[in-house]
Amino acid sequence: MNKRLFVKGNEAVCIGAIAAGCRYYFGYPITPQNEIPEYMSRELPGLGGTFLQAESEVAAINMVLGASAAGVRVMTSSSGPGISLKAEGLSYMAGSELPAVIVNIMRCGPGLGGIDASQADYFQAVKGGGHGGYHLIVLAPDSIQELYDLSMVAFDLADQYRVPAMILGDAMIGQMKEALIPHPYQPLAELPAKDWSVTGKGNRVQGNTVKSLFLQDGALEAHNWRLHDRYQQLKDREVRCETIGIDDAELILTAFGGAARIAKTAVSMARQAGLKVGLIRPITLFPFPEQVFRQATERCRRVLCVELNNGQMVEDVRLSVDRQADVRFYGRPGGTGSLPTPEELFEQLQKHYKD
Amino acid sequence: MKKLVIDEEFCKGCGLCVIACPLELITVGTKVNKQGYPLAQISDANQVKCTACSACARMCPDAAISVYLPKKD
Amino acid sequence: MADSMITVFERPHSLKPVPSHFCSGCHHGTVHRLVAEALDQLELQQQTIGIASVGCSVLLYEYFDIDVVEAPHGRAPAVATGVKRVHPDSIVFTYQGDGDLAAIGTAEIIHAANRGEHLTVIFVNNTTYGMTGGQMAPTSLGGQVTTTTPYGRDLETDGNPIRMAELLALLDGTHFSARVSVDAPRRVAQAGKVIHKAFEMQKNRAGFAFVEVLAACPTNWGLSALDANERISQEMMPCFPLGTFKDLSGAQG
Ligand SMILES: Cc1ncc(C[n+]2csc(CCOP(=O)(O)OP(=O)(O)O)c2C)c(N)n1
Ligand code: SF4
Ligand code: SF4
Ligand code: SF4
Ligand SMILES: [Mg+2]
Repeated sequence: MNKRLFVKGNEAVCIGAIAAGCRYYFGYPITPQNEIPEYMSRELPGLGGTFLQAESEVAAINMVLGASAAGVRVMTSSSGPGISLKAEGLSYMAGSELPAVIVNIMRCGPGLGGIDASQADYFQAVKGGGHGGYHLIVLAPDSIQELYDLSMVAFDLADQYRVPAMILGDAMIGQMKEALIPHPYQPLAELPAKDWSVTGKGNRVQGNTVKSLFLQDGALEAHNWRLHDRYQQLKDREVRCETIGIDDAELILTAFGGAARIAKTAVSMARQAGLKVGLIRPITLFPFPEQVFRQATERCRRVLCVELNNGQMVEDVRLSVDRQADVRFYGRPGGTGSLPTPEELFEQLQKHYKD
Repeated sequence: MKKLVIDEEFCKGCGLCVIACPLELITVGTKVNKQGYPLAQISDANQVKCTACSACARMCPDAAISVYLPKKD
Repeated sequence: MADSMITVFERPHSLKPVPSHFCSGCHHGTVHRLVAEALDQLELQQQTIGIASVGCSVLLYEYFDIDVVEAPHGRAPAVATGVKRVHPDSIVFTYQGDGDLAAIGTAEIIHAANRGEHLTVIFVNNTTYGMTGGQMAPTSLGGQVTTTTPYGRDLETDGNPIRMAELLALLDGTHFSARVSVDAPRRVAQAGKVIHKAFEMQKNRAGFAFVEVLAACPTNWGLSALDANERISQEMMPCFPLGTFKDLSGAQG
């Protein structure tokens, strides 16, 4: 059961999903996430599940909507252009309180952009890529092990809060191979029964309705307040964050996902060079670890945010830190050859450490 | 016993039942329901003539018409 | 009713006993009733899941006493696919307007049909976008004045009325495709039979069944209920002939 595996990130997320009981996958091919539909198409039929290659990402997310409404764990995956097409369905799912896991293995954009690693979909993921004002739970793994672990967490959180959960990876994490220990699935909490799902009315007195339209006076406002409370509960209870050496840090580096991998190496280079540099790595991008930033910056006033884009998470960092903190940014906006090396980041650390 | 029962809550006075009846037994009158729609009506005399063919009920978009027949025994 | 009476015709049980929001003379109500009658006759109410689309029929769940999922505009066949794959023993139907199915949702309906999803699709063709105020639909007739074709639909620049029942019949995954109308008592009876069959086929796992219903939208046509009803045979039927374009139910046994 716990035999070590050596797999790609894209496979790890599938292994985790299947371990968590996901038996339904609907998707559409796009690089750099094709190993996900390919893996699911191989494995799900033998498990009595359904793999379906849809006619588009629009159709795929709506199949996910239907399967989720029907009460099962279901997943889809894509990358930038496809996630844009899923935005419509995601808004409806958020409004209809439907849990599901959506994997975005980010590539660079805008438009067709390129297939290299990028983090330019942070805003799209965290600020609600679709219309109407909603949140997804957004989880940002930085290793193959974490892709596996978080894909199980994503299903649990989605079911518990009835909020769709997105795993925000990137081409680097998705394509990379690493060792993985496939711990058996343990639900995070006792999960609520899906008594709201559609099954056919059977002996129920009333039919179940899964919908996002609320026309009666005050009904939509009440619904949106309820969703708001749900998001607040997530902020109160479900923040996940890794910190390294922030207690004595003079400079805090912050990064998520793929960028954080490089950042970790740069931080240890800095420590070896005697620089007091720490790291804050948000694992949940929504809910964002606001408190961690606030508390850490009450003491350490300088933060360098590193992203594979032109500055997106940095806005949330600025909103979270202590008022007197000085938040700086270093970003690489994508394309072949735009991934910073640890040495380049170390240089940045030295520069921002001094002035 | 009435063969034709028109539910006043559902009727919207569209008149489709009027043109459906081969015997022209139904009219839309001046009486209106809560929603303000004029109501389809059938007189007692026409109730007697009604053959319970259900053409009117079939045409009614609002499922406002029920049709019954006395048992023959 | 008193014991001395035999019920010849009554509101179907699968419809809730509430008045609808449809305009006077709107055929959505008729089609709702025919679907409910089929569910009653085939005793499917308990196991049926309806997929509501965006259009005047979006409030399906207010009227049908069944489980319902509301789909985004045009996406009902994809949502239905997700539901049906999870509950293959349930009866899943979509109920879609012409804007929903034949414009924004064209990809979803064609591919659901092409996959041969075991679904029943009820397609209400009223040649207009009822809900949004009578704009041109892909089914609008040549010359038809709508709020976005104020000079009449120009077939040169606005495209041609699209015949979905014929189009879908061409796909190997489609097992049944027919066009019916509800503008006269005998045609309502025929439409009821066809809709019944389209549900019966799903009960027998006989594949994708599609029923297009020619329907009146008196409000946006700017006609009285009776004149709108009349327009169906006068203007729509020459362009949208009634009939069965494909029926593999026999072949399926
Ligand atoms: C993505 C999207 N685009 C547009 C709309 C607006 N809209 C609502 S209903 C509708 C057309 C409905 O027409 P039809 O499907 O023919 O249904 P009817 O009301 O005529 O029965 C449109 C365009 C929407 N809800 N969503
Ligand atoms: S058809 Fe129905 S709604 Fe129309 S007038 Fe007759 S009873 Fe009333
Ligand atoms: S049941 Fe037949 S005869 Fe009687 S009112 Fe209706 S249409 Fe006329
Ligand atoms: S606008 Fe047209 S389609 Fe909509 S309810 Fe009224 S008559 Fe029916
Ligand atoms: Mg329409």
